[in-house]
Amino acid sequence: MVKTESGRLQEHPIVDFKRGGEVTIYFNGQPIKAYEGETVAAALYAAGVRVFSRSFRWHRPRGFFCAIGKCSACMMEVDGIPNVRTCKVYVRDGMQVRTQSGLPDAEKDVFSILDDVIDKVFPHGSHYSKFTTSKRAREFMVKRMRKFTGFGNPPRAVFQGKAELEETETDVLVVGGGPGGMSAAINAGKYGAKVLLVDENAFLGGQLVKQTHRFFGSAKERAGTRGIRIAGILEEELNSIENVEVRKETRVFGIYNGEAGAYQRLDDENGKLLKIRAKKIVVATGAYERTLIFENNDLPGVYGAGGVQTLMNVYGIKPGDMGLIVGSGNVGLILTYQLMQAGVNVAAIVEAMPRIGGYFVHAAKVRRLGVPIYVRHTILKAKGRKSVEGAVIAKLDDKWQPIPGTEKEIKCDFICVAVGLSPTHELLYQAGCEMKFVPELGGIVPLRSRFNETSVKGLYVAGDVAGIEEATAAIMEGRVAGIHAAVTLGYGGEEAKKELEEAVKEIEEFRAGPFGERIVNGLKKCTLESEVVS
Amino acid sequence: MSLGYLERGYLEKDELPPFPSKERLKKKAVAYIECPQPIPCSPCFESCPANAIEMKNINDPPKVDYEKCTGCMKCIRVCPGLAIFMLRLRDDGMGEVTLQYEFLPWLKKGDRVKLYNRKGEEIGEGVVNWVLPPERNDNTSLVRVEVPAELIFEVRAVRPVGVKA
Repeated sequence: MVKTESGRLQEHPIVDFKRGGEVTIYFNGQPIKAYEGETVAAALYAAGVRVFSRSFRWHRPRGFFCAIGKCSACMMEVDGIPNVRTCKVYVRDGMQVRTQSGLPDAEKDVFSILDDVIDKVFPHGSHYSKFTTSKRAREFMVKRMRKFTGFGNPPRAVFQGKAELEETETDVLVVGGGPGGMSAAINAGKYGAKVLLVDENAFLGGQLVKQTHRFFGSAKERAGTRGIRIAGILEEELNSIENVEVRKETRVFGIYNGEAGAYQRLDDENGKLLKIRAKKIVVATGAYERTLIFENNDLPGVYGAGGVQTLMNVYGIKPGDMGLIVGSGNVGLILTYQLMQAGVNVAAIVEAMPRIGGYFVHAAKVRRLGVPIYVRHTILKAKGRKSVEGAVIAKLDDKWQPIPGTEKEIKCDFICVAVGLSPTHELLYQAGCEMKFVPELGGIVPLRSRFNETSVKGLYVAGDVAGIEEATAAIMEGRVAGIHAAVTLGYGGEEAKKELEEAVKEIEEFRAGPFGERIVNGLKKCTLESEVVS
Repeated sequence: MSLGYLERGYLEKDELPPFPSKERLKKKAVAYIECPQPIPCSPCFESCPANAIEMKNINDPPKVDYEKCTGCMKCIRVCPGLAIFMLRLRDDGMGEVTLQYEFLPWLKKGDRVKLYNRKGEEIGEGVVNWVLPPERNDNTSLVRVEVPAELIFEVRAVRPVGVKA
């Protein structure tokens, strides 16, 4: 049942939520109140919608997960156009939103009988072994199964917008307007290089916009300042440099020998197809959230930790009443504190490692407020039918196996998975960068010089896409990449060269502690011996 | 090696930094920093006008020279770890703990609060006798609570009386 107007935070100790005018959107035909500036996913969540889609095969209910356009759990039909990520589309009065692959809709999908009943007979994965002896049986069943996996109806509408081609030239193109990208643009721009910074979002700051806590690091990197403010400070700095151009809602889809292709959205009907010729390109596309394997990990209510931060700290929407946090890295610990600031209770933090993964002081903050932290524990399953109604956790032995008899039931109505991130590296692959799997850096990352130049000459990386670290390190990496790009284009002279060496030294110092050790070890595996020559 | 505080999420007595002397605690408030782990963070060090905080590099845990500390509270305003507490012993036998507070409802002078230790256990009640309002410090309010003298090394969180834990 859809409840209108509830679940929105009316006050918050840190954030002053500025909601736009009231609009009405229609969800499966039912009117829902929303506010301008909210995404469709946020507005639906606030109205009590938890089931956003159904899984292809067994029609299991799915909720949102990442809330930043990286996963596909929240795809719906918007104004007739299918497969729209509702977490990236802003509400507009009269907007028609429908769930896909469910009859009549995702909430009351009749095909969910597949999951409820047929699954008892043919459990998940059994189709790999069942119907394999008889070719006819297999063919018959494959046909039936595929029928259920489709997206449902053909599009009722197609995108009608006009896009004019625009060719543009720049010294440095920066892809991504988060901390790494903004820092790169500022540092290349301040020495005189012509910079174009593009970001797919309608705002700059990347994931800083949900970091309501004060940052670590040194004063130079604005430690002691809240992440949400840092986004504003960096944007102001960007705007003060004349030779830096910013284009928002601009998505780069390919890099071809120093030319980038991008689509810039101007409004609902108009856009621009951009051909950007750039002497240097800095890719700062960030990362996406990982998930974890456990029973029912796809149940609505199991969310990415960052997804919950977006929902709560950007849009001011309460994720639930009682959360369970899986993972005690800094993201999990900080999120716990932020949930409590929003008046949401946290039942516990579980951590599979024998020790807390993030900074001790972040753990101490929530521990003294009474949140238990269970190290050497894992989540076994989420409970609930259409959304999370609880969870079962258990203690792990030395071989990471759950110890029978230690299961404990946790009462919660949502679960945040804070088990790390993976670099958003697709553009780098496409551009031909040499990539390598480096677990210390969170996944597949590009080889790079000490100035963050990849194996493709003139193509740099900065921030999480170069290896999962955090925003302060991203700002520092952006500085190195930006200055190096400017210097090698002949800007800045001796002063810039001096600052470049300083910047490299500072980031080395930053990583010199035990928390940097892992990063340093990872970097050893993917640092190019010499600077790029080819 | 025992993992100690990293297993628990709080410091035990033997893991606490050295206590300031009674005389010093009686003179005026002093910064007491519970930040034992090497992490890349230095705003307290950079904000200290009295050079009372020693850090060899950005990853070095801060050490306070209690004799140099003037109790100016610059460090507690910026600490992102909420790890700094201003402690004082008064002549009337009571103690005072100042801590960072970032929750609603905001606390005001005269409010009664429940006191919590590092583990989140309720250990008594106290009275707020001074606050730095949130709007004067980017929404991190500083709250000074009057507590029994023996609790100044115990009280690490407060909640308004009447708000459910």
